[in-house]
Amino acid sequence: MSILINKDTKVICQGFTGKQGTFHSEQALAYGTQLVGGVTPERGGTTHLGLPVFNTVQDAVNSTGATASVIYVPPFYAADAILEAVDAGIQLIVCITEGIPTLQMLKVKAAMVGSGALLIGPNCPGIITPDECKIGIMPAKIHLAGSIGIVSRSGTLTYESVHQTTQQGLGQSTCVGIGGDPIHGMTFVDVLSRFQADEQTKGIIMVGEIGGGEEEDAAEYIKAHVTKPVVAYIAGQTAPAGKRMGHAGAIVTGGKGTAAGKIAALKAANIEVVNSPTEIGVAMKRCF
Amino acid sequence: MNIHEYQAKHLFQQYAIPIPEGKYADTPESAEQAARALNGDGWVVKAQVHAGGRGKVGGVKLAKNLAEVMDFSRELLGKRLVTIQTDSAGLPINSLLIEKIYPIKRELYLSLILDRATERVMFIASSSGGMDIEAVAHDTPEKIISTAVHPAAGLQSYTCRKVAYTLGLKGTQLKALEKIMFGMYRLFLAKDATQIEINPLIETDSGDLLALDAKINFDDNALAIHPDILAMKDPTQEDDKENEAQQFGLNYITLEGNIGCMVNGAGLAMATMDLVKLKGGLPANFLDVGGGTNVEKVCEAFKLILSDGSVKAVLVNIFGGIVKCDVIAQGILEAMKQIHVTVPVVVRLEGTNVEQGRALLTNTGLNLYASEDLNHAAEQVVALAKAVA
Repeated sequence: MSILINKDTKVICQGFTGKQGTFHSEQALAYGTQLVGGVTPERGGTTHLGLPVFNTVQDAVNSTGATASVIYVPPFYAADAILEAVDAGIQLIVCITEGIPTLQMLKVKAAMVGSGALLIGPNCPGIITPDECKIGIMPAKIHLAGSIGIVSRSGTLTYESVHQTTQQGLGQSTCVGIGGDPIHGMTFVDVLSRFQADEQTKGIIMVGEIGGGEEEDAAEYIKAHVTKPVVAYIAGQTAPAGKRMGHAGAIVTGGKGTAAGKIAALKAANIEVVNSPTEIGVAMKRCF
Repeated sequence: MNIHEYQAKHLFQQYAIPIPEGKYADTPESAEQAARALNGDGWVVKAQVHAGGRGKVGGVKLAKNLAEVMDFSRELLGKRLVTIQTDSAGLPINSLLIEKIYPIKRELYLSLILDRATERVMFIASSSGGMDIEAVAHDTPEKIISTAVHPAAGLQSYTCRKVAYTLGLKGTQLKALEKIMFGMYRLFLAKDATQIEINPLIETDSGDLLALDAKINFDDNALAIHPDILAMKDPTQEDDKENEAQQFGLNYITLEGNIGCMVNGAGLAMATMDLVKLKGGLPANFLDVGGGTNVEKVCEAFKLILSDGSVKAVLVNIFGGIVKCDVIAQGILEAMKQIHVTVPVVVRLEGTNVEQGRALLTNTGLNLYASEDLNHAAEQVVALAKAVA
């Protein structure tokens, strides 16, 4: 098994006929993802990449039975797109879009309470279960079906972790990029709990970075609930305070959210934290 | 994005938050005129820079007469102010805010922030105003109250009363504080702020409440829908290279080391800086060239990195995903030729078409080192920088 998605997951794409939506939908189809259609208002009834286009997410869900959606719409339309997916009963919403105003995400999160829908992102690479289902912008080739669950706030550091676990012959069960924004959907803890419950996942890699307190929450959770080996890496030890390091959420404010603080919290929970991003795969391999 | 105190107070005025009577000035003469127009027998001359801690380093002065207003203005304008919140170079003082002096009975603290842990907009208040709130939070946490606003219900009067009673306010002051808090909340939502801070909020001898200082930060992601806020941007308060980088869609932050870094992805860029440090070097910058790298972007990135004279070597670290490594390698070669890069450049490529990419980067006749392994690349660039220095 894997977590959240597998070969049977039916996916639609919001922003399907746009440049990003088109390119990444082609890649997903080539990978074997069960992409069953897309949504672009006023294009309903047409076809794109050989798949049906719908005016609304509700139409797409009614016709295709899709349970997951990937969003490639521009930042000022993305909050609307997420809430449309929630309203249509989509269970897993993956929002790739970067640059959504934070107050809009705050409203989205408040509106999602009680809906049962799960959100991955925004500002993330997406989620992949190797050889089964790819939802997002990650390069397919580096993956290998296997036993390591990867969860990360950074896209390129997810790819590094994937590449290294592939080189070590461990492979990945599922990889989840939870995104670099301060207010986002699934947290480290949300993903960790699923990796712990998943039989295929034998070890977990967690890649954090400066800003916020989710890594500290994860440390506490792992100590109390996770029995599988965990290897962690935290980026941003040399980042100056008060500066936003690329990601909207990667900022140290008022002495909070430092890499040193996160590393200390993880180590206090007896979690192995590697110093170098190049040691992630090797350290994971040592656990087996 | 940050704005100046005088700009923040202008916004406060629009949202019915009471502020001291004051005027903007950018010459000693206009400062004197401002003081004259404000009347009174004493004024505050406040340096306008994008940093707190001004008072402790002479950036806020009390003038007893018009001659002193002129003198202090002459002294401050054109100078750079170094505070606890700036780097060692400080920030240029190009403008002043001249304000009337008010008799202060008490100094309070009031701010509205976007709290990522609770995913709420949250008021923070304290009866210990005029001090560094982080120090207050650390030493006397019992003196701080924080209260979140539910996004669906919006700000309620009871929340304002709760804060008012905690601050020891009473009578007509309750309504006065409520008006201030509602003003802050409306301003926060209308302009996509991430922080509004009043430190101190003063209680005058007559019991009135006034925002003596004002600080507002805005969400960069929302600036495109707030042209009025974007127009308040003051590039003189920001790093030149960071401003330039923005124009080319590059994420760049100046650091103090001598090893330039060019990386795709924010997380990998931070990790690369950390690795350079781990290997005994010091990164000169954070630079994320983004996903869709092309020759033009790589050229601009090289120019930015090399415009820092202290850079002795450059480490390029690219994980080619959607963008293929051979395309990136061509971009690097083209850029190095176009702008005559002479410092050693170590390139680590990984990902799609990596063999073709590495082949392109070997035997080029340029001061270029293609590395297969990130660890090795970091060690190599640190050694090269030390050899040059």
